[in-house]
Amino acid sequence: MGMDFSTLRTLINRYCAGEENCVDTRTVYIGHKEPPPGAEAFIQQRFPDNRIVSSKYTFWNFIPKNMFEQFRRVANFYFLIIFLVQLIIDTPTSPVTSGLPLFFVIIVTAIKQGYEDWLRHKADKAVNQCLVQVVQHGKLSRKHSRKLTVGDVVYVKEDESFPCDLILLSSSRDDGTCYVTTASLDGESSHKTYHAVQDTKAYKTEEEVNCIHATIDCEQPQPDLYKFRGNINIYMGNEPVSRSLASQNLLLRGATLKNTEYIYGVAIYTGMETKMALNYQSKSQKRSAVEKSMNAYLVVYLCILISKAVINTALKYVWQADPNRDEPWYNEKTESERQRHVLIRAFTDFLAFMVLFNYIIPVSMYVTVEMQKFLGSYFIMWDDEMFDEELGERAVVNTSDLNEELGQVEYVFTDKTGTLTENNMEFIECCVDGNVYVPHIICNGQVMPGAAGIDMIDTSPGPEAREREELFFRALCLCHTVQVKEEETVDGIKHGIHQGKSSSFYISSSPDEVALVEGMKRLGFTYLRLKEGQMEILNREDEIERFELLEVLTFDSVRRRMSVIVRSSTGELYLFCKGADSSIFPRVVSGKVEQIKARVERNAVEGLRTLCVAYRRLSPEQYEQVCHLLTRAKLEFQDQDKLVAEAYDLIERDLILLGATAVEDRLQEKAADTIESLHKAGMKVWVLTGDKMETAAATCYASKLFRRSTQILELTTKRTEEQSLHDVLFELSRTVLRHYGSMTRDASSGLSSEYIDYGLIIDGATLSAVMRPSQEDSNSGNYKEIFLEICRNCSAVLCCRMAPLQKAQIVKMIKSSKEHPITLAVGDGANDVSMILEAHVGIGIMGKEGRQAVRNSDYAIPKFKHLKKMLLVHGHYYYIRISELVQYFFYKNVCFIFPQFLYQFFCGFSQQPLYDTAYLTLYNISFTSLPILLYSLMEQHINIDILKKEPTLYRDIAKNSLLTWPIFIYWTVLGVYDAIVMFFGVYFLFDNTTFTSNGQMFGNWTFGTLVFTVLVFTVTFKLVLDTHYWTWINHFVIWGSLVFFVVFSLLWGGIIWPFLNYQRMYYVFMQMLSSGPAWLSIILLITASLLPDVVKKVFWRALWPTNTERIQSADKLYKGQLSEFTPLAALHPPPRTGDHQRGSGTQRNPRRSETPNKKIMFTRWQRAPDYRTFTPLLRFTDGSRHPRPGNAYNGAGPETSV
Amino acid sequence: MMASSYNAKEEDGHHSGSSTHGGTGAAKNKKPDNTAFKQQRLPAWQPILTAGTVLPAFFVIGLLFIPIGIGLYVTSNNIKEYEIDYTGVEPNSPCYDCANSFTWNSTTSCVCTVNFTLVQPFESNVYMYYGLSNFYQNHRRYVKSRDDSQLNGVQSSLTNPSKECEPYRTNPETKLPIAPCGAIANSLFNDTLELYYNHPDGNMTKVNLVKKGIAWYTDKHVKFRNPGNEKDNFTERFKGTAKPVNWMKPVYELDPLDPENNGFINEDFIVWMRTAALPTFRKLYRIIQKKPDSAPTLPSGRYFLNVTYNYPVRSFDGRKRMILSTISWMGGKNPFLGIAYITVGSICFFLGVVLLIIHHKYDTRSNSADIPN
Repeated sequence: MGMDFSTLRTLINRYCAGEENCVDTRTVYIGHKEPPPGAEAFIQQRFPDNRIVSSKYTFWNFIPKNMFEQFRRVANFYFLIIFLVQLIIDTPTSPVTSGLPLFFVIIVTAIKQGYEDWLRHKADKAVNQCLVQVVQHGKLSRKHSRKLTVGDVVYVKEDESFPCDLILLSSSRDDGTCYVTTASLDGESSHKTYHAVQDTKAYKTEEEVNCIHATIDCEQPQPDLYKFRGNINIYMGNEPVSRSLASQNLLLRGATLKNTEYIYGVAIYTGMETKMALNYQSKSQKRSAVEKSMNAYLVVYLCILISKAVINTALKYVWQADPNRDEPWYNEKTESERQRHVLIRAFTDFLAFMVLFNYIIPVSMYVTVEMQKFLGSYFIMWDDEMFDEELGERAVVNTSDLNEELGQVEYVFTDKTGTLTENNMEFIECCVDGNVYVPHIICNGQVMPGAAGIDMIDTSPGPEAREREELFFRALCLCHTVQVKEEETVDGIKHGIHQGKSSSFYISSSPDEVALVEGMKRLGFTYLRLKEGQMEILNREDEIERFELLEVLTFDSVRRRMSVIVRSSTGELYLFCKGADSSIFPRVVSGKVEQIKARVERNAVEGLRTLCVAYRRLSPEQYEQVCHLLTRAKLEFQDQDKLVAEAYDLIERDLILLGATAVEDRLQEKAADTIESLHKAGMKVWVLTGDKMETAAATCYASKLFRRSTQILELTTKRTEEQSLHDVLFELSRTVLRHYGSMTRDASSGLSSEYIDYGLIIDGATLSAVMRPSQEDSNSGNYKEIFLEICRNCSAVLCCRMAPLQKAQIVKMIKSSKEHPITLAVGDGANDVSMILEAHVGIGIMGKEGRQAVRNSDYAIPKFKHLKKMLLVHGHYYYIRISELVQYFFYKNVCFIFPQFLYQFFCGFSQQPLYDTAYLTLYNISFTSLPILLYSLMEQHINIDILKKEPTLYRDIAKNSLLTWPIFIYWTVLGVYDAIVMFFGVYFLFDNTTFTSNGQMFGNWTFGTLVFTVLVFTVTFKLVLDTHYWTWINHFVIWGSLVFFVVFSLLWGGIIWPFLNYQRMYYVFMQMLSSGPAWLSIILLITASLLPDVVKKVFWRALWPTNTERIQSADKLYKGQLSEFTPLAALHPPPRTGDHQRGSGTQRNPRRSETPNKKIMFTRWQRAPDYRTFTPLLRFTDGSRHPRPGNAYNGAGPETSV
Repeated sequence: MMASSYNAKEEDGHHSGSSTHGGTGAAKNKKPDNTAFKQQRLPAWQPILTAGTVLPAFFVIGLLFIPIGIGLYVTSNNIKEYEIDYTGVEPNSPCYDCANSFTWNSTTSCVCTVNFTLVQPFESNVYMYYGLSNFYQNHRRYVKSRDDSQLNGVQSSLTNPSKECEPYRTNPETKLPIAPCGAIANSLFNDTLELYYNHPDGNMTKVNLVKKGIAWYTDKHVKFRNPGNEKDNFTERFKGTAKPVNWMKPVYELDPLDPENNGFINEDFIVWMRTAALPTFRKLYRIIQKKPDSAPTLPSGRYFLNVTYNYPVRSFDGRKRMILSTISWMGGKNPFLGIAYITVGSICFFLGVVLLIIHHKYDTRSNSADIPN
């Protein structure tokens, strides 16, 4: 808590590091061989070794550093100071009272941290010691990973991960390529191709590699995974050959070599300088909003404490001005006290007052909060509903510090692939000239697992159609970049693929392509392999067809299509093109465009990823021309990209449309329901994905992130190309703000769902343009502001084409916007790690892409749907629990200490404690600690089922609403009131009279004990009034702790233990209880103390009930049946017509619900033309979209079966 | 926040790809137990504080508290109490001379007589208190200036009192340890009060003042104990100690006639040692026992209070009083409790009425009307 110097430290580090690395480039000598003397003189630099250090402490610095870390926290430091003061000066209470708890806590923490650091040391050691093969003097030798240095030539085998960032020199493949999966870096599990430089790819053995004499100039390490620039200078003979290097030559640490036997590479970035290490920003400690409020309260209380001490000290010296008061004859000072300087005395008095009142900020609060968080997090782990049978995993809590933050989330940032979707592409259908093919036989609603590819055609096609159909299938078999992973021998492959059993399988950088090729396989056309430039296809008649692959016009996100040019065995030349509908249709000259378009749009509404396929027959002359265009473009060094794009544009034209395909990345179970709930709970959901826009948008529609009524705003590269970014931004913000006025009007009348909600789509490039601070434009700084303004008014935002760090940047931007909203990031892949670390709460999904996200997250859940319970139930509970805990703690300590403050006015400001030492020590530790701890673990103000059913309840606690200043002041005032009632009640009872029936008098200890007894009962009963969920444990603990107080007081009063018999509390409690008026006053004072709070509660509930209270009452009325039957929406103050429909609707989206169900529905769609029609309402390309009213497509009702 | 939130997983990313944390084998064991506690579904009573539920409680409290308050108030009013200030501040007061001529070193005591009249007779036992004002017995330096173990008769503490007793720990001249040590003991109230009844016929009778039973039973019998052997005489038992500086006689001469009331277990001493909570306080001095016959304990009429004036209070603007009071089951005269009870009871009753109105106006509406069945 409190001071955090980490920002400062990073700043300093940055500047220190900056000086060291001020050289822009680095030069690497491959194999540590100096360049020939004639070459340019390079600046020699020092590079770090390949050691990874994640541990914080060493054996030697552990104690000082850990102590420093611990006492850097304000609270610990404060208690240390109090303890030292107690040791040094004569204070009213013994140092043990504050020292013991403090040292207990410090030691426990130190042991815990030490153990954790030991684990990190072990993990580091395992990584650093792992053996790597390095070429040395023409031989392979093994080296510890940590000893690897820049310039070493490293040998990596298949399925090994790269130990540092390498420049690929050569691989086992002839063409000098290798395949790599970067799943642990950016989450893309597909295989990517990397290339070696032409001049080095021939060096294939260690001896040969050792002969390479070259240097590499490259930039200093930077975190962007996809950017790399460099040069390699190869000294062959006399003249050095210089080649440029780009990111496709750079193998990153953490990536894994696939499908390639081995590679040789030279290390250029090592250790903490690798891109991977740079991408894991050091994790700053996350603090919850509650903790921040707690710290704010703490500061207030510190001020109260200090002012109390100052006031008392000042008054003391005013009062003591008269020497007869300062030192009456009956109460003289010692000689040394008299001789002390008045300033020292005043300071000592101040400190003594501080010590006397320091209990107002109890150590036990921190301990209790820690315990609450730690123990409370078990409920998350234990939750049966968050257990996934399939994975056999349950929720994991990595940081219990943020439990309550789950109840405060305003922005949810979610990854798409693997988080919203299952990351499991499935070929659904294809449509050729309006005929639909589904790779399954469906009869009577039963899905037959037919692998032999029998199509489902409603009208049998004529011969011409049949030809086109086969062309379509061939096109899909040919137009891709899929590779066949060879697992067995050559015979095995063919056999395997044919049988549909995966002894070998397809791999590609795009899972869609794999799905398509596999879908074709099921429809009868099997792609076998690419062999010597020949693509082999097994057709329906089990014949192998061969096509010569002439050109591949690779996919890029601007064109959004790819093409191949092939020559069939008969010598005909074809250009096959497949791509997004928007990029194909304008280029089509013939074909059944209308039917296919309708089908594509229908599929897009369904959230399927659609692709259109077209072809063009090329004459040899045309092909010549194409070749010419391409070679010219590729030879050009500058503006290569532009020229190639132009060439492609010329080639891919005059196409004939064949058909369309639909691939589904199925949404995770209940993903839509979850998102809908989050929306209803008032959260803004952002999808951040590296995926392309169309797919992402389709998923967003399917997952109900965007609704039919959502008006989509676009901020994409495509648009900014047409207009300037400036104009687009201003236009959008105008659109949004125009409706803002009307929206607030609606919102003020309740939770009206009828206002237009906006969805924003933005892509990575535009985003970086928005965020980039540019110099030339003076108001560019406003871009960010405008953008934030737009975002603020959008309920859903989709960011596509995001790099991992960009995801984190977005989160950071929202986090630091002026409202400082609480953000949550959820993701499954390593590419989400930076975002998970950046957000206030990071949640990892236990997905297919390794455990990176899970390990770096604060919480991990098996499936996206579990987020709902996590936030709506657990988050809600923890928030109300901890807010009560914090407020109550401050309250009870005000009650505790304020009488002591008042007492100073009656004891000559002499720091006389009102209570006995035992009471002072134990009040927070044992008399009042357990009930609130149990409350903060068990309390449920609303049943779990209702919370899940009614996400809007989440809005009740949004924005830290239970810890606002008015509430805090209410509690404090209540505490002061109670303290005054208790103190003066007892004061008047004691006032110059006796209240025993034998005339004997009571002393000051009885006075304190009476106040204390009333105090303990009052604060406990206050909790009784606040508790809504009374399990037997609550009963046990609350009544138990009161009984404990009484029993302890009796024992401490010496009724059993004789050694206490001359103690000052001897029989005080018993004597007090023997007096009738004491009993009467205890009852009276407790009643009087609690009265205002009860009245406030009852009045507020009756006059201004919150939603929570309404639902509590309703639940009570229906005796717990509420959760099952009543539509809760009706309980809200303004009856929401919109919700009624939705709440009662039993309609569901047929496609998304369950798999078998989906198929049945699907057949019905085909057979019965009057079954629901899906109006084509989505076109992602044009910005304006007008929802059509009266469409049957309706959102699913609130999930009732959860 | 004390226990760290630093997690082992921090910066784990660095070892990516190289270490696969185990745990897949235990997959089946990961299924959480389906117990009511772990699923947070323990059966629970869920009361709500609504106007309807609280209302009866308010009426009950009101109806209980008001009679109790009236009872307490009446009882308090029936208690007879007479208080007289004998400090001697005003020149015409009888003790003015004694108060003025006080010196610490005087060996002779100054005696003054205060006369007063009881208008009403005091029935049953009458308790005689002395009261002090502006006397800070609850000052911290004062409160802690005692040695409880010395007062409990622990021999080692007798000869070596606790440091807390400074500057009343040892005699400055003889360096002998003081018994009883400390400021409290040193400032023992040492006025002697005697009460004479002036019969209407002119005779003076000394009112019998009982000095037993004025201290707590447990204090007298357990907490305070004389040191040494029971059989030895008191001089022997307190050998090697000095008397407190302000005392005229050593502790073992507090009541030479009654060994059960001498030394540390002297009841006046014990009463004094129980420090008062507030600067204005009274302490029980004597008890006037009810006579066996039905005559009032203190009949109405004229009385003389003989004061042996030893205790200076004027230096710190203190006051000394003598109080005669009867006692009921609820102690001395104190109308506060009764009034407080009546007030709280009335407020509760009033709130009950307000809540009744609210309940009828709001509760019914919000509960039933809004929920369609």
